[in-house]
Amino acid sequence: MDLIAQLEAEQISDLGKTIPDFKAGDTVRVGYKVTEGSRTRVQNFEGVCISRKNGEGVAGSFTVRKISFGEGVERVFPLYSTNIDAIEVVRRGKVRRAKLYYLRDRRGKSARIAEDNTYKPKKKA
Amino acid sequence: MRSGIIAKKVGMTRLFMEDGRQIPVTVLQLDGLQVVAQRTADKDGYTAVQLGTGTAKAKRVSQAMRGHFAIAKVAPKRKVAEFRVAPENLINVGEEITADHYFEGQFVDVSGTSIGKGFAGAMKRHNFAGLRATHGVSISHRSHGSTGQCQDPGKVFKGKKMAGHMGAARVTTQNLQVVKTDAERGVIMVKGAVPGSKGGWVTVKDAVKKPFPENAILPAALRSAAEEAKRLAEEAAAQAAAEEEAAAKAAAEEQAAQEASALKDAEAEIEADKKEGDQ
Repeated sequence: MDLIAQLEAEQISDLGKTIPDFKAGDTVRVGYKVTEGSRTRVQNFEGVCISRKNGEGVAGSFTVRKISFGEGVERVFPLYSTNIDAIEVVRRGKVRRAKLYYLRDRRGKSARIAEDNTYKPKKKA
Repeated sequence: MRSGIIAKKVGMTRLFMEDGRQIPVTVLQLDGLQVVAQRTADKDGYTAVQLGTGTAKAKRVSQAMRGHFAIAKVAPKRKVAEFRVAPENLINVGEEITADHYFEGQFVDVSGTSIGKGFAGAMKRHNFAGLRATHGVSISHRSHGSTGQCQDPGKVFKGKKMAGHMGAARVTTQNLQVVKTDAERGVIMVKGAVPGSKGGWVTVKDAVKKPFPENAILPAALRSAAEEAKRLAEEAAAQAAAEEEAAAKAAAEEQAAQEASALKDAEAEIEADKKEGDQ
């Protein structure tokens, strides 16, 4: 293992976060820490994960899209951000793409994603 | 002025901080960084230390350099560089410098050889705007345009920015902050990007445009000094342990003596009781 991979593995174990198994198409609820003045609270952002980028490592990130008051809103979260309190999978989606950018052009009925009822948890290697 | 260091650029990663920030860092690694030679005022007219780092196969090192390393009694080094230092900050030949030479939060200047770009046009090399996409421009959309005036002066001025070779030059990035150091592995993490490609050699110096930090280690963070401190600490610990043991032994002896005397007393009492019983 090269030094960078080693440092990143160490950092992941130090952060001690448990990232649930999710992919594009799944509906996720992200608890994001918001600082207002001196106190912090957790704000939930729930929507469809439309992309996962840069793998499972410390550089990984994911995009969540939701429709808020009729307007599409997208947020990109780093997987291992210390600002993320928790990631929770609400619903498993059945999709045939890794990146669901086509959802940006769709509204309402055509922007739905079928539920995946055959989900099996990944075996830990 | 104290010595800088030679390090290898390993690559970039990111660090997540407790307060939610994430910091992009370049990882620099020290690899057997030792003093190879000294330059002194009476011999050379200036004071400096020559550092060497990395490992080179002895058979691939020239005879002259092999002799140079042999005089210093160090293994052949891959990269050698000189650092100007103040006369009081000269370091003995053979001493090894460790990564805690810099402390977290300190500002440093990092120099390296930038990645070569080959023959590059004026747009890439000097950030020229190029010509327009339409309005009669043909073929020359990325050209530099006019290079001067007319019959007077009748020439292109020297130093005119034009296309040419770009990169593969010595570049210094100033005022980079040290985020983390690890003396055991010889790792220094610096915030932001550093010139050069992965695996390239860079030199790190205290920032010239910041005041010299008070808690910087003078003349340098040396492996021998760290080992000496460790040895002293161990000795002190051993002494403390020995004292404690001696105290414990003394206490045990005292207790034993007390018990013995108590036993004697008890025996005497029994004896006395017996005598009384006899009478």
